[in-house]
Amino acid sequence: MSTTKAPPAHPVEAEVRKPSTRRRLVPYWLLLPGILWLLVFFALPMVYQASTSVQTGSLEKGFEVTWHFRTYWDALTDYYPQFVRSLLYAGTATLLCLLLGYPLAYLIAFKAGRWRNLVLVLVVAPFFTSFLIRTLAWKTILADGGAVVDALSTLHVLDVTAWLGWTENNRVLATPMAVVCGLTYNFLPFMILPLYTSLERIDGRLHEAAGDLYATPATTFRKVTLPLSMPGVVSGTLLTFIPASGDYVNAELLGSADTKMVGSVIQTQFLRVLDYPTAAALSFILMAVVLLVVTVYIRRSGTEDLV
Amino acid sequence: MPVLRWIRRNLVVLAGLLTLAYMILPNVVVMVFSFNRPKGRFNYAWQEFSLDAWKDPCGVADLCGSLSLSLRIAFWATAGATVLGTMIAFALVRYRFRARGAVNSLIFLPMAMPEVVMAASLLTLFLNMGAELGFWTVLIAHIMFCLSFVVTAVKARVMSMDPRLEEAARDLYAGPVQTFVRVTLPIAAPGIAAGALLAFALSFDDFIITNFNAGSTVTFPMFVWGSAQRGTPVQINVIGTAMFVIAVAVVLAGQSVANRRKSDAGK
Repeated sequence: MSTTKAPPAHPVEAEVRKPSTRRRLVPYWLLLPGILWLLVFFALPMVYQASTSVQTGSLEKGFEVTWHFRTYWDALTDYYPQFVRSLLYAGTATLLCLLLGYPLAYLIAFKAGRWRNLVLVLVVAPFFTSFLIRTLAWKTILADGGAVVDALSTLHVLDVTAWLGWTENNRVLATPMAVVCGLTYNFLPFMILPLYTSLERIDGRLHEAAGDLYATPATTFRKVTLPLSMPGVVSGTLLTFIPASGDYVNAELLGSADTKMVGSVIQTQFLRVLDYPTAAALSFILMAVVLLVVTVYIRRSGTEDLV
Repeated sequence: MPVLRWIRRNLVVLAGLLTLAYMILPNVVVMVFSFNRPKGRFNYAWQEFSLDAWKDPCGVADLCGSLSLSLRIAFWATAGATVLGTMIAFALVRYRFRARGAVNSLIFLPMAMPEVVMAASLLTLFLNMGAELGFWTVLIAHIMFCLSFVVTAVKARVMSMDPRLEEAARDLYAGPVQTFVRVTLPIAAPGIAAGALLAFALSFDDFIITNFNAGSTVTFPMFVWGSAQRGTPVQINVIGTAMFVIAVAVVLAGQSVANRRKSDAGK
């Protein structure tokens, strides 16, 4: 670096600087192809979608940008039940994932011992079996008159859930409960892995120290483990909630016409009705709502250095 | 009550194992029903044991075609996303430059976006460009959404890497290329492999983005989706089972290799 401080007119200086400018360009060359790919196939499409959402016209006559913002209002009033449902189902599934996933992540991090790798493999392996096939398997598991439904019925669980509006007529398939069950199942690995990574980083001696200071296991968990695992909780929640809110596969395969989520509407408008402006507006509203929820959540949980 | 006390003491373990059972249950069902001989078009109720589907996994029209298409797309998407993603990860960890924040957000955003939003916006781009939907549009889309995951995986590994190892290599008169090939790459390899594995799984399994941008091309997830409406052949369960077994075997084998290396290094 001392060479750059030499008098600028010196001829040797120019020769020294050449490789250093080249070196300074290295990161840009490394970034160029990937960033270009994301700009052209991720950012640019968003611009196209924004323009599509303010167009009017039809497939035969062609679409034109008319700054018709009413499309947004119409889309929202027509499909707000699907919006509310998406957020509700995704929120419930996220909460269930957290409740179910935390003990398993804890088990892998602290209790599994030499079984740790095997359990981790069993958590990750579902990634590699087609999730559509596994979702279809839930049709068999939750089938009317199947073992699960019979058991829930005998235990009078279905009476309670029916009263809450989660199930109807002593069946689980084609009800909100089936959809939430499928969503929870499909996104559990996305909750468990971040939880596990942040739990694994906790120094086991902290638990011993808490015990030495007469903390009960419950207090240790509340005052030591849980706060230290918050980064995992936050990123797990985001990784579950965001994809779940846009998912329509579970709602379509396990639900009924009354459990349709907003992704399903976007898909139908785009691929079947071919009403591109409405579809684009819907997808923008979904994006805005999700980003809003996520931003508020990150602010409130106070871990902004996640990314 | 010793039993109750035992349950209370092992509550976490029991709850964890129950969750694990919940996660494995559908895989077990898929496996069991691959040996079924269903009545009618749908394979949702147990009828009788049969090995027919295992003897003839490609016996259904278009099934193995869609499978090989998905494998080809996943292969190229993994290759593309891994190369581009690794380059970005190295740039982000190893260099200070302007626009770092902007690059980081551009990497983060695809992961913070519901898939259906990306799928729909990409379709508007392709429609506006008049691109023909098919293999290439699906491949472009897959590289796009796998990229961020590869960057994250590789970044994590490169960040924990000791830069002094590379300095040491340079002190021993290794050139930049030699340092990279002999020192940097081997250390970063587990991160790159994890990123590539993730990209392969994500691409192979993707339905939503593919469904929007595939036109009339049918990948394996799209075949399964269609069969949920028309009738599900048992062969789907056979392939699902085979995928599960292969995945578990590959991951366990990889881990045992890593373990052996670790114990060798310990000697």
